[in-house]
Amino acid sequence: MDAAQLSLALSVFLACAVEAVEAFTIVLAVGTTRRWPPALAGVGVGTLILAAVIAALGPALTALPLNLLRVVVGGLLLTFGLQWLRKAILRAAGAKDKHDEEAIFRAEAAEAAAAPAGAGFDGYAFTISLKAVLLEGLEVAFIVLTFGANQHDVGLAAAAAAVAVGVVLGLGLALRAPLARVPENGMKFAVGVMLTSFGIFWGAEGAGADWPGGDASLAALVAAVLLAALAMVAEVRSRGALSPPATGTAGAAG
Amino acid sequence: MIRRAALAVWDFIVGDDWRLALAAVCAIGLTAIACALGLSAWWLAPVVALAALRWTLRGARPSATSASRTSS
Repeated sequence: MDAAQLSLALSVFLACAVEAVEAFTIVLAVGTTRRWPPALAGVGVGTLILAAVIAALGPALTALPLNLLRVVVGGLLLTFGLQWLRKAILRAAGAKDKHDEEAIFRAEAAEAAAAPAGAGFDGYAFTISLKAVLLEGLEVAFIVLTFGANQHDVGLAAAAAAVAVGVVLGLGLALRAPLARVPENGMKFAVGVMLTSFGIFWGAEGAGADWPGGDASLAALVAAVLLAALAMVAEVRSRGALSPPATGTAGAAG
Repeated sequence: MIRRAALAVWDFIVGDDWRLALAAVCAIGLTAIACALGLSAWWLAPVVALAALRWTLRGARPSATSASRTSS
């Protein structure tokens, strides 16, 4: 496995693991509070839909001319990456609430307990689980597709995603509790840096730019984006030291 | 139905902050224009993207709230 493949696998693994942790928390809350069969049915249907999206769009993406593919992939990854990185910077700086799986589990469980239960199939448990898998998984499906298509290795990207889901499920089933100790916020920061860097690299290359040093410049770009993001964390933090604390999460939308 | 689907696609791709989606388009678009003019423009996309990211963070400051439910 070369450096590019390793970067691809690592990025997809981290992104997928983070989203799998979030989906797992919701399904666990619904399954334990309501009933497991409809919750697991929702997971199964959601997974099938995601697999169908990848199977349908994968060949279409790989059929694009190389430069157009890089522009499309780069643009999507850059858009996703900047959104992830912005939230991660705000969380790291204390300007946005950190993701807390235990709090989410309690809230979901309370909602599930309060929802009316009819006789027969539990549509609530099915729908909530399906939505959790679809909403958390759709972005990962696009990351798998875009990374995989551009590197001509959708199989490796899909395998990295499957391993991530397997690891999260294994941990979750062993603990039977929300995976609150997974360093989710740090992982999101790393994913934001990787997606932004790959998005910039492929997008610019597809637009006609020649990177000095070719593919080797990707490592320097990742380092530059990481340093810039850390500097932005420090800058936002410093505003808290210079002025009275904000009363809410002003400027921290998203 | 079509409107809802279009809104869902918009929300999925553009996300919470449309300015960053616009920045991504500008970063790649300006690079393409500069390259078409024969300029060396590899540096343009990172500069535009990171400058836009920093711009969207202006005014953000640490808050006193504790961890709670958030999305993605």
